[in-house]
Amino acid sequence: MKKLYTYALISSLIFVSCSKDDDPVAVNEEEVITTMIVTLVPSDASTNVTLKTQDLDGDGPNAPVVTVSGNLKASLTYAGSVKFLNETTTPAEDITEEVEEESNDHQVFYTVGSGITMNVVSTNNDSGGNPLGTKFKIDNISSAGSGKLTFTLRHKPKKPNTGLADAGGDTDIEATFDIVIE
Amino acid sequence: MSNFINFRKGNFNLNMKLPFLIFCFLVLSSLENHSQNCSYNFSGIVMDLHDESSLSNAVISIDGLDQNILSDENGFFEFVGLCQSNYKITISHLKCKSKSLSINLNGNLEKVIKLEHHINELNEVIVLGDSNKKSKTIYESKISKEIIDDNFNSNLGDILKNVSGISSINSGNSIVKPIINGLYGSRVDILNNEVNIQDQQWGIEHAPSIDINSAANIYVIKGAGALQYSGSAIGGIVIAEPSKNLLKDSLYGKTLMYGGSNGKGGSLMSKLTRTYENGWFSTLQGTLKRFGDFNAPDYIMSNTGFIDKSASFQIGLNRFNYGFEFFLSSVNNEIGILSASHLHTAGDQIRAINSDSILYVDEFTYNINAPKQKVTHNLIKSKIYKRFQGFGKATLQYHFQNNKRLEFDIRRGINKNTASTDLRLKTHTLIIDFDSSFSDKFDFKFGIKGEFQNNFPNPETGVRRIIPDYDKYDFGSYVISNIKLNKNWLLEGGIRFDYSKIDALKYYRKSFWEFRNYNKIYKNIVVKELSNQVLTNPKRNFNNLSTTIGLSKKINIFNSLLLNYSIGSRAPNPSELFSEGLHHSSARIELGDLSFSSEKSHKVGLTLSHIKNNVRITFNPYINSITDFIFINPTEIQQTVRGSFQVWEYMQTNARIWGIDSDINYNFIEKFTLKSQISFLKGIDTTNEEPLINMPPLNFKNEISYVNPKFHNFLLSIQSDYTFKQNDFPNNNFEVFVPTTGKMELVDVSSSPEAYHLLNFRSSIDLSTENKSKIKIGLSINNLLDKSYKNYLNRMRNYSHDLGRNIMLNINVNY
Repeated sequence: MKKLYTYALISSLIFVSCSKDDDPVAVNEEEVITTMIVTLVPSDASTNVTLKTQDLDGDGPNAPVVTVSGNLKASLTYAGSVKFLNETTTPAEDITEEVEEESNDHQVFYTVGSGITMNVVSTNNDSGGNPLGTKFKIDNISSAGSGKLTFTLRHKPKKPNTGLADAGGDTDIEATFDIVIE
Repeated sequence: MSNFINFRKGNFNLNMKLPFLIFCFLVLSSLENHSQNCSYNFSGIVMDLHDESSLSNAVISIDGLDQNILSDENGFFEFVGLCQSNYKITISHLKCKSKSLSINLNGNLEKVIKLEHHINELNEVIVLGDSNKKSKTIYESKISKEIIDDNFNSNLGDILKNVSGISSINSGNSIVKPIINGLYGSRVDILNNEVNIQDQQWGIEHAPSIDINSAANIYVIKGAGALQYSGSAIGGIVIAEPSKNLLKDSLYGKTLMYGGSNGKGGSLMSKLTRTYENGWFSTLQGTLKRFGDFNAPDYIMSNTGFIDKSASFQIGLNRFNYGFEFFLSSVNNEIGILSASHLHTAGDQIRAINSDSILYVDEFTYNINAPKQKVTHNLIKSKIYKRFQGFGKATLQYHFQNNKRLEFDIRRGINKNTASTDLRLKTHTLIIDFDSSFSDKFDFKFGIKGEFQNNFPNPETGVRRIIPDYDKYDFGSYVISNIKLNKNWLLEGGIRFDYSKIDALKYYRKSFWEFRNYNKIYKNIVVKELSNQVLTNPKRNFNNLSTTIGLSKKINIFNSLLLNYSIGSRAPNPSELFSEGLHHSSARIELGDLSFSSEKSHKVGLTLSHIKNNVRITFNPYINSITDFIFINPTEIQQTVRGSFQVWEYMQTNARIWGIDSDINYNFIEKFTLKSQISFLKGIDTTNEEPLINMPPLNFKNEISYVNPKFHNFLLSIQSDYTFKQNDFPNNNFEVFVPTTGKMELVDVSSSPEAYHLLNFRSSIDLSTENKSKIKIGLSINNLLDKSYKNYLNRMRNYSHDLGRNIMLNINVNY
C-alpha cells in the first residue's frame, strides 16, 4: 500500500505542475492574398483602367469588394499588369514579388466570357521560358458589348500547358470583373 | 492401445439452410432418444474458458472404455453407442489443465466443456473467470492474434473490418478510421493497453495513433456499454490488449515480414518476450513500414506513400497478490496526401469530380511531399495492482500521452517547409479501479478517473489556428455490477458520471465574431481586441451521465442471447465547438458552434449466438437513437478572393441509426469453411427527415477457405466482398459560377459511387524447422481482378479511384 500512496503522490504532483501559459500570440497570415489589382494602361495614354478585388477578412464571412474603374475602348490596346497584396499586415505585403520569384510554380490565366471578344496574352515568362502572366497585353478588342473577364492565379500548375483547362494545380486567387467595351 | 477417432458428425447440418439453423437446432435439441439399449450418444464442444474459442485436439476419454476421441477444429466431439450408465470422463489438452467430470447417461447428452487454456499464463482471469469480458451483455467481437499476425502490415481501421458492423472512413488508403455501426471519430474510443488514446481524433483525416502489432488481441464493443472505460463512446470501443505472458523461464519472439506490389513497399515487425517463473516479464516490439506511391488500376496515385516507425516496450511483475506494469509506446507516421486532392476552389472540385481519371499523376516515387502529415504519439503507462483478501483487487494507473501532429501544405515563399498545422496535445490520466467478486453470483467494479489535457497549437506555422489553445479537465467515476440470477440468467448494470471542463483561448476573426452575433452573446469572454481579430476565453462545462443495463441468457448449451440498453453522453469536441475557417483538404469552410450541448445516445442491442458443431452464428440487430447529434451540414456559398466555397456548419439534430450485423462461420465439409459477414444499417436525421451523411452502405462478405491440418495447415481461401451503392445520402450539391465556361455549374459532392465487388485471395503454409521455430509463408492477392472502383466512405473518392490489385507476400517466423 505504501507503494500505492507514493505513486499517487507523484502523479498528483505532475498534475499540479501544469500551469497556464500567457495569452497565445496572434497569427497574422503572411501568405494570404486579400487583394488583386489589375492595371490596364491604354495605348493612347489616356486614363488607366483599374480592376480590383479586395477581401480583407479572407475566408471570413464578408464577401470580396469588386470594383472596375472604367470601360475599355474597342479602338485601343492595353498593356496590363497584375498585382497581389496581403493587406492584413501593415504595411501591406506585396505577394507579386513572391509569385515572380517562384515563377515556375505560378501562372496567371485570363478567361474572356461571352458578350465580349478580346485577345489577352502573357508578356512575361517564368525562368523556364513558359508564360507567367503577371504582365500581359490586350488587343483585338471587338466592338461594343459587355461581359466578364476573369483572372486566375494558379499555384503549381502543369507547365507548359494549353490553358486553364489542363493546367491543374490549385487556385490561389480568382476574380471575375464585369467589363463594358465602348 | 489408444484408438484415436477423429469423429465428425455431419448429419446435424446436412439439411439445414443457414438462416434457419437456429430454429432447426431448437427443434433438434428437443428430440429425445428414449431407447434403453446401448445406443446413446454423448457429444459436446470443448472451449477455452476465457474467450470461448473452440479447442481442437483435446483428448476426451471415458474411464473403463478403451476409447479416446480428439475434438475437431471446432472443438466438437462425439461418442456413439454408449449404454445407460455412469461414466467418468476426462478431458485433457496439451495447453490446459485436465478436467474430469461424471455423467449419468440415460439419453443422448450434449455438453459444453470449458478448459482453462494457457494455464501457465498468470492473469487475474484465472481467478475471476471470464471477467476479462468488458461487458457481459454486449457482444464482443474479437480479432485474434492469428489475424493480427497475418495482417500485421494493415492498420487498425482495415483489420477491424473482419468484424461485421465495422467499416471505415478513409482519407486515401493510409488514413483509415474505424466506423462502428455508423459512428466514428470522437464517438469511437480506442484503448491501447488500457490507455484511451488521445489524439486529434475528431477529424476524418486523422488516423488513430496506434500500431496494431503492440497488441495480441483486439476487441470491439459496439456500443457505449463498457462504462469502465468511457461513457462517451456512443459508437463503440476498440480495445487492443497486449499478450498475456507465460509464467515460466522463457524467451520467445516472432519476426514478421511483408512485401506488397501495390506501393512497392514492405514492413518488418519483430517482437521479443522474456518471462520468468517468478512473474517478471518484459517485451520489446518494433515495426517499420515503408511504401511509395500506391496505384489504382489505371494510374499511380501520386504522393500516397507513407513511413511508419513504431516501437513498444513493456516490463512488469505479475504475481497473484500484487504486480506492476510499465509500458512505453511510440508511434511515428509520415503520410503523403494524394496530390490530386489538393484543391482550392469549387471550380477545382468540379474539374476533379467530372473527370473520369485523376487530375494529377507523376512518376512513381518513395518521396513524400506536401501535402503530408507527420504524426507522433508517445505514451507512457504505469500500473500497479494489489489484491486484498475478501475484498478484491485495486489497480492504480497513470498514463501520459504526448501527441504531436504536423500537417504540411503546399506553400509559398519562406514558409515553404513550415507546417501549416502544428498541434501538440498532452494528456495526463490517473485511474483507480476496484474489482471485487463477493461471490460467484455477484461481482462489482468501481473506479474513478482524473484527466488533464493541454492543447498547444503552435503559432509559428503562420496560419490561423483552427483548434485553439485549451486546457481540458475531466473527472469520471463508474460503478458496474454483474448479478448471476441463476444458472442461465445474468443481469448487468452500470452507471457512470463524467464531468468535463474546457478552458480555451481562441482568436476569432472579427468579421465572423460579429456575423455570428458572438460580440453580443459572448461579449464577456473577450480578452482583447486586435484590428481584425478578437482573443476570447471560452469556458464550457459538461456533466454527462451514462448508464447501461443488460441481460445475458443461456438458452441452452449452444444458444445464448444478450440484450443491452445503454445510454451514452458525449461532450462536443474542440473542432465542433471552435472550428472557424477554410479546411484546405476538403475545400470548404467549416464553422463550429460555441453553444453546443452534449449529445446523448440510447442504444438497444440484441445478440443471438449459436455455436454448435461446425456452425457459429451471431445475429445482432440494434437501434441507436441520438438526441442533439452533432453533424456538419452545408448552409451557404461564400465568396472569397480564391473563389466560391461551400460553408459547412456544425449543427445539432436528432438522429436514429438502426441496423443488423451478422457473422456466420460454417464448416460445411471437412476442411472447408464458409465465413459470411453482413452489415446493414440505415441512418436518418429525424428532425430534418433526411438521410445522414457518410453512412456505410450494405456490405456482404463471403469467404470459402480450405485448411488441411494434416498438411502443414495449408490454407487456400477466396473472399468475395460486395459493397452496395449507398442510395441514402443527403443532397449537399451546390452551384457556382465557373469562369472558363461562363456558366453556373453544379458541384456534385454528394452522389455515391456505384456498387462494387472485390475478390481477395489468400494462401499460406506452415513450416517447422528443426530448432522448434515455426515459419508461416503466405501469399495473398487483394482486389484480384484489379477492379476499378470508388468507395463512398473514402473522402478522396471525388479525386481518385481506390486501390488496384495488390500481391502480398508474408513470412512469419515464431521462435
